[in-house]
Amino acid sequence: MDAEAAKLLGAGLAAIGAGIAALGVGNVFSAFLEGALRNPGAADGQQGRLFIGFAAAELLGLLAFVIAMILVFVA
Amino acid sequence: MQDVTGVNVAQSGKIDPMHQFAIEPLFGTDHLSIGGFNIAFTNSALYMVAAAIVLWIFVAGGMKRQMVPGRWQMSVEYFTGFIRSLLIANVGEGGKKYIPYVFSLFMFILLANLLGLLPLGLFGLHPFTFTSHFTATGVLAIMSFSIVLIVGFWKHGLHFFSLFVPHGTPLPMIPVIFPIELISFMVRPFSLGLRLFVAMTAGHVLLKVLAGFVINSANASPLFGFTVGAASFVLMIGISALEVLVAVIQAYVFALLTSVYINDAENLH
Repeated sequence: MDAEAAKLLGAGLAAIGAGIAALGVGNVFSAFLEGALRNPGAADGQQGRLFIGFAAAELLGLLAFVIAMILVFVA
Repeated sequence: MQDVTGVNVAQSGKIDPMHQFAIEPLFGTDHLSIGGFNIAFTNSALYMVAAAIVLWIFVAGGMKRQMVPGRWQMSVEYFTGFIRSLLIANVGEGGKKYIPYVFSLFMFILLANLLGLLPLGLFGLHPFTFTSHFTATGVLAIMSFSIVLIVGFWKHGLHFFSLFVPHGTPLPMIPVIFPIELISFMVRPFSLGLRLFVAMTAGHVLLKVLAGFVINSANASPLFGFTVGAASFVLMIGISALEVLVAVIQAYVFALLTSVYINDAENLH
C-alpha cells in the first residue's frame, strides 16, 4: 500500500476512537441524569465529579483526534 | 496549497482549515530578538494581551465593595464565588488561598476561548484563539503542576511521596502500584494542557471545514448551494453555539482539575 494512503486510512481509523469516546461521554451524562432524577437533592453536589468523569472520557476522544491530525499533517 | 515544508496539506477547495492557527508577527516586529531568541509580537501575544485587558477591566469594574452590589459587581462576585465554592468543595478550607490563582486561570482561559470565537472576520480582522496552541496551554498546565509540586514538597516534605502509595495497599503490591501512580501523576500536566488545546483546535477546524463546504458548494452550482450549502450553514450555527458551550466547559474543567490536583498537594489522600 502507498504510504500516503496508509496515513489517510490510519487517520480515518482514528476517528473510530473519537466516536467511541462519544459513547463514553454520553454514558457519563446518562448515568448522572439517571441518578440525579432519582435523588435531585444530591445532584448539585456531584457536578464536580460529573465533569471529572466527562473530562476523563473526553480526553481519549481528543487523543484520537490528535493522532488523526498527526497522521494527516505531521507524519 | 502547500505548507512550509512543501508537502501538500489536506484542505477543502481553497479553504485551508489549519491556516487560522498560523502565528504571524505583527506591527513589523518580525526580527525583534533578545539573546538570539525571537520575541516578535505575534497575533497570539496580541490576543493574550486582549484577554488580560478584558479580564482587568471586568474585575476592576466590579471591585466597588458596595453593600448593595450593582449588576457589574454582582457578576464579578458570581465568578469569584463560583471559584471559591469550587475550591472549598474540592480542597476544603485550606483551598481558599488558591482563589486568586484559580480565578485568574479560569477567567483568562474563558476569555481567551470566547475572544477567539468572536466573528471579527466580518470586520476584516483575523480572530485567533491562543488556547488552540499547546505552547500556551502547556505553560498554563505547567504552572498548575508546579504549584502542586511546590506546595506538596513544602508542606509535606518527602512524605509527599506517600501520594503514590494509596492507603491500605498490601506490601507486596507497592512495587507495582508505585510506578503506576507515579506515571499517572507525571502525565497530569500533559493531559491538562492537551485537553484544552485539542478541544479548541478541533472545534475551530470543524467550523472552518463546514465553512469550506458552504463556500465550495455555493460556487459549484445553485442546486448544491441550496442543499448542501444551506444544510452546512445551519449546522455551522448549531456548532458555533456548541463551541461557546465547549469554551466554557473547557475553562471550567481546567480550573476543576487544577483544584483537584491542588487537593492532592494540600491534603495528600
